Amino acid sequence: MEPRPRSFYVLAVFFALFLLFLYGPIVTISILSFQGPQGGLTFPMNGVSTYWFHDLFRQQAVGDIWGSFRRSLALGLMVMITTVVVSVLAGMAFRKRFAGAGILFYLTIASLVIPSILISLGVGLIFSQLGFTVHWATSGFGAQLTWTLPFGLLIMFAVFNRFDKSYEEAARDQGATNWQTIRHVVLPIIAPSLIGVALFGFTLSYDEFARTLLTAGSYNTLPLEVFGMTTNVTSPVIYALGTLTTLFSFAIIGVFLLSAWVMARRRARQGSDAGKGV
Amino acid sequence: MHRARHLTGWLQAAPLALILLTFLVLPIITIVIVSFWRATEFSIIPAFVFDNYVFFFTSSVTYKVFFATFKYAAITWALTLTIGFTVAYFLAFHIRSLQLQIGLFLLCTIPFWTSNIIRMISWIPFLGRNGIANSTLISWGVIDQPLEWLLFSDFSVILAFVHLYTLFMVVPIFNTMMRIDRSLMEAARDAGASDWQTLWNVIVPLCKPGIMIGTIFVVTLVMGDFITVRFMSGSQKANVGRLISNDIALLQYPSASATAVVLLCTVLIVIAILLRFVDIRKEL
Repeated sequence: MEPRPRSFYVLAVFFALFLLFLYGPIVTISILSFQGPQGGLTFPMNGVSTYWFHDLFRQQAVGDIWGSFRRSLALGLMVMITTVVVSVLAGMAFRKRFAGAGILFYLTIASLVIPSILISLGVGLIFSQLGFTVHWATSGFGAQLTWTLPFGLLIMFAVFNRFDKSYEEAARDQGATNWQTIRHVVLPIIAPSLIGVALFGFTLSYDEFARTLLTAGSYNTLPLEVFGMTTNVTSPVIYALGTLTTLFSFAIIGVFLLSAWVMARRRARQGSDAGKGV
Repeated sequence: MHRARHLTGWLQAAPLALILLTFLVLPIITIVIVSFWRATEFSIIPAFVFDNYVFFFTSSVTYKVFFATFKYAAITWALTLTIGFTVAYFLAFHIRSLQLQIGLFLLCTIPFWTSNIIRMISWIPFLGRNGIANSTLISWGVIDQPLEWLLFSDFSVILAFVHLYTLFMVVPIFNTMMRIDRSLMEAARDAGASDWQTLWNVIVPLCKPGIMIGTIFVVTLVMGDFITVRFMSGSQKANVGRLISNDIALLQYPSASATAVVLLCTVLIVIAILLRFVDIRKEL
């Protein structure tokens, strides 16, 4: 191998600093969340304890954290499943170049780039004018989909752009129906990418703030609850919460990435399933 | 045959179309309608008046706030582009093993899947009056007094924007870089180009689509933001998004809607200009 040029070392340092910039703050608050009971919002550490984590579990020092966590979890799963199903269907539709595909594509892009507060405001207005009550599972759910679906669809585009059509043609030549082709050929091939779509669907919903703000109603999701805390909580308890929910996010990301990896490995090992029948 | 294809296509696209109609198109139409309504302190009244727009365009605050919005977008764009391009360049051209490449790339993208609110909060211990930055600088003897402009200032707002959104640059630029045919770079070197010349005349032009997609993301996210500016400036700075959210807090929905319509038009014009440089669907 040729020796590394000097630029490599300069850029490597730059990259390391970038990672420090990216992760430094969150590492800092996770250290500070172990402040002693008298500790403040910054260094020095005033003793080391798990006091602030216990504080989180005590009812009502600080709002309804666990209720909002459960709601965010439920909403995240709802959004995740919907995003996967709708994105896959739409991805297949776009391969057929149906009339109106162009408009729908631009609508999806618009959904991605539109300032989030417009969705929040607009959905809130519709609900109030129609006399409905906004609720995280109805208006909040729909508002979040306008954020997750574009990502889902873009991933499906990337997947189908690389999809080898000859697999489908082979299936059809063997007499497979449309549905059989999708069920036994297309879906298994794109399955690992669906994990990616699911990851986006869940995490973007779980962390969504702006589009949920006016559409969640009287029961907050976790990000709304956390934001509410920033205005009236001035103790490290908010760091403890930040640490826990970030760890939870990392765990979720880990599970998704791991399953994608396992799936890819298993496929590489098994290779063809020719002759095994369906 | 032809009809059947369209029909299946429509059926498969229907859920997406339906959701976007209900939660994107209808809300925008509603906002446009309400922007012509009148408001009292307690309620909003259907009408067709231009009061909200007249007020918006005659208020001196409007122009200041619009200027601030463009300022945030421009500075954030320049910084995220520089940092994002450098990071992507390092990953794409200096890391030789694909596994390490994927691993480091994931390391750059993981924060995207965590909470923005928490990521903003996590700057407080750094930037506060007695925070890490100030105490470090004082102990080094660089400054005598704590710097007041670190937190709750334009500085902290832009810092947070860069922190939150740089990966929107890294991902598309890295994506286009990975598709550059390496023999082009060899050819440039064989023809006597220096590293800088190769970078500027070969790599940058080929990365343009990725740069454009990243730009669209960053610019629209910053222009439409209200929460980062509110939180990181301690409510001391304003952009257009904050004007809207303040009106909403005061239940002045018609006025909020008028501002929202103007913001939407501004963002769409910016995107229309950017889209002239790139075909998004070809780049996926």
